[in-house]
Amino acid sequence: MKIYVPADSAALALGANDVADAILEQARARGLDVELVRNGTRGMIWLEPLVEVELDGLRHGFGPATPDDAAAILDGTCAKALGPVDKLDWMQRQTRLTFARCGIIDPLSLDDYQAHGGLAGLKRAIKMTSADIVDEVTTSGLRGRGGAGFPTGIKWNTVRQAEAAQKYIVCNADEGDSGTFADRMIMEGDPFTLIEGMIIAGLGVGATRGYVYLRSEYPDAISVMTRAVDIARAAGVLGPDVLGSGRAFDLEIRKGAGAYVCGEETSLLNSLEGKRGVVRAKPPLPALEGFLGQPTVVNNVISLATVPVIFEKGAQFYADFGLGRSRGTVTLQIAGNVARGGLFETAFGMSLGSVVNDIAGGTASGRPVKAVQVGGPLGAYMPVSKFDTALGYEEFDAAGGLIGHAGLVVFDDSADMLRMARFAMEFCAVESCGKCTPCRIGAVRGVETIDRIATGDGAAIPLLTDLCETMKDGSLCALGGFTPFPVMSALTHFPDDFARVKEAAE
Amino acid sequence: MTPPAPAPDLDDMRAIIAQHTHLEGPLLPILHALQDAFGHVPDAASPLITEALNISRAELHGVISFYHDFRENPAGRHVLKICRAEACQAVGGDALADATLRKLGIDWHGTTPNGAVTVEPVYCLGLCACGPALMLDDKVMGRVDGMKLDKLLAGVGA
Repeated sequence: MKIYVPADSAALALGANDVADAILEQARARGLDVELVRNGTRGMIWLEPLVEVELDGLRHGFGPATPDDAAAILDGTCAKALGPVDKLDWMQRQTRLTFARCGIIDPLSLDDYQAHGGLAGLKRAIKMTSADIVDEVTTSGLRGRGGAGFPTGIKWNTVRQAEAAQKYIVCNADEGDSGTFADRMIMEGDPFTLIEGMIIAGLGVGATRGYVYLRSEYPDAISVMTRAVDIARAAGVLGPDVLGSGRAFDLEIRKGAGAYVCGEETSLLNSLEGKRGVVRAKPPLPALEGFLGQPTVVNNVISLATVPVIFEKGAQFYADFGLGRSRGTVTLQIAGNVARGGLFETAFGMSLGSVVNDIAGGTASGRPVKAVQVGGPLGAYMPVSKFDTALGYEEFDAAGGLIGHAGLVVFDDSADMLRMARFAMEFCAVESCGKCTPCRIGAVRGVETIDRIATGDGAAIPLLTDLCETMKDGSLCALGGFTPFPVMSALTHFPDDFARVKEAAE
Repeated sequence: MTPPAPAPDLDDMRAIIAQHTHLEGPLLPILHALQDAFGHVPDAASPLITEALNISRAELHGVISFYHDFRENPAGRHVLKICRAEACQAVGGDALADATLRKLGIDWHGTTPNGAVTVEPVYCLGLCACGPALMLDDKVMGRVDGMKLDKLLAGVGA
């Protein structure tokens, strides 16, 4: 009897280890021969821990499971039975390309990985020229999933054409944005896909060394990735002779140290070099002068983890999904005050409202939705009136927001938007690297100005608007430059929250 | 009753540093390894690091002080990181954090008088669909409420 209990950190955070122990104990008591697999998560976090029992090749779900459910799950009498997991509405409505294996396979079994299409993309890439590899990525239309949305193929081509003795592939796994967990999920649930993507990137641009800069707040992901790299190296997937191709590629996992700004690529490179994580001015682009001054591809986890499926199924297959210039799939992370939170991968183009109301089922509290922050702490608060905005890079830009890393944080009507605006400024002040003045000083003044508004000083509102303009135009990177998004969207769409305080003060 | 952190031994520190000097960009791995071994980055390690990496004390101090993770003094026996980010705020994370700090009678970054626990803010643990979230040492916990937290604090003697 094969039973799956996720070891994804969201499942662990909800007690999956205790559930796994209970299942083994009850199985022993019943004399059942159970093979327990610790898979990643399917992404239905509201059902975690989601236990799956394989019966006649079909995986039946039970969740959210507690240790007390173990006996009933084994006896087939559990009231939390969900039926075959693949048939659940949440799974059926997705287009899982990047996350096709996540939650299904044993994350650390290379055999399982290959049985589900793993390494097929790499084997194909090995037979291609570097120019063809880069062309394939360009044709797929893949854009940086970290937030900036820069075409991945163009970045790769710049590095490919640069002349240097050593080039690097750096994976940005410093997923610091609140409301995002796709990077963590794939690293914990399907780590080999990231490794494979990085190797293909290495073959494409002529880089033999890679680094995964992984935030220290993700100890479970660090542990899984570290073991996966060791396994891949032992199997000859990584090393001096990748799958017998005569080409070399190896990589190292590096742990961050708690600085949000290190998710910005130049700051990340400084941190990787052992310096303060201070932002660098661009140019030079990291593609030409990156890690240790050498040409470097810096890509987000999801961008790199999507590369294998593009090579497995072909660039056109991937490009056939999507909307406008946003090709392929977007890995939505639905979070905050939401009835059904988790990861939902779908072609670009769905409206924000249908994701929040239909897929996610509205708020967990049952109260009306007030705002959805899309794209992390630097993303705009979208009011319900903008729910018809389609999920696409250009579409969100036109609506005064950004998709970013595609995290959606839902708030109900108890949220105080002045407080959220203040938090955005406070966060910027805490996390500013300090290099440029608009961010370093502006964020501090921003907190003070919002505090003035909170005490009823309406004259401070134009000052805040002006400050936001300065930060937007004058900051070196997205931290100072985009903090005005949450602040100004809160002010613009929820003016009552900025005015009512005056009455309270009088 | 606080078990003393192992006294930083110069040879131990030299050995830890030497294990990492072959890396490209060895400083963060060295600082993490020292902190893992001693609970903080001991002051006595500074001259050893600056000598091994040929950097100035100012550069080293700049790096240690830049990152939230590195501490120059030992923390409590356990470190509790409570998420302050937006997704957890949307489900009552603020109130939970406030109640915890009030209960323990400390502020952020403070340590309980008995040395049991240090409480720190963290901005996102990637548990945004099951908040409020926290991490005790390296163990994550989601959908935390007052009862779960009380049990957790009692478990670590806070």
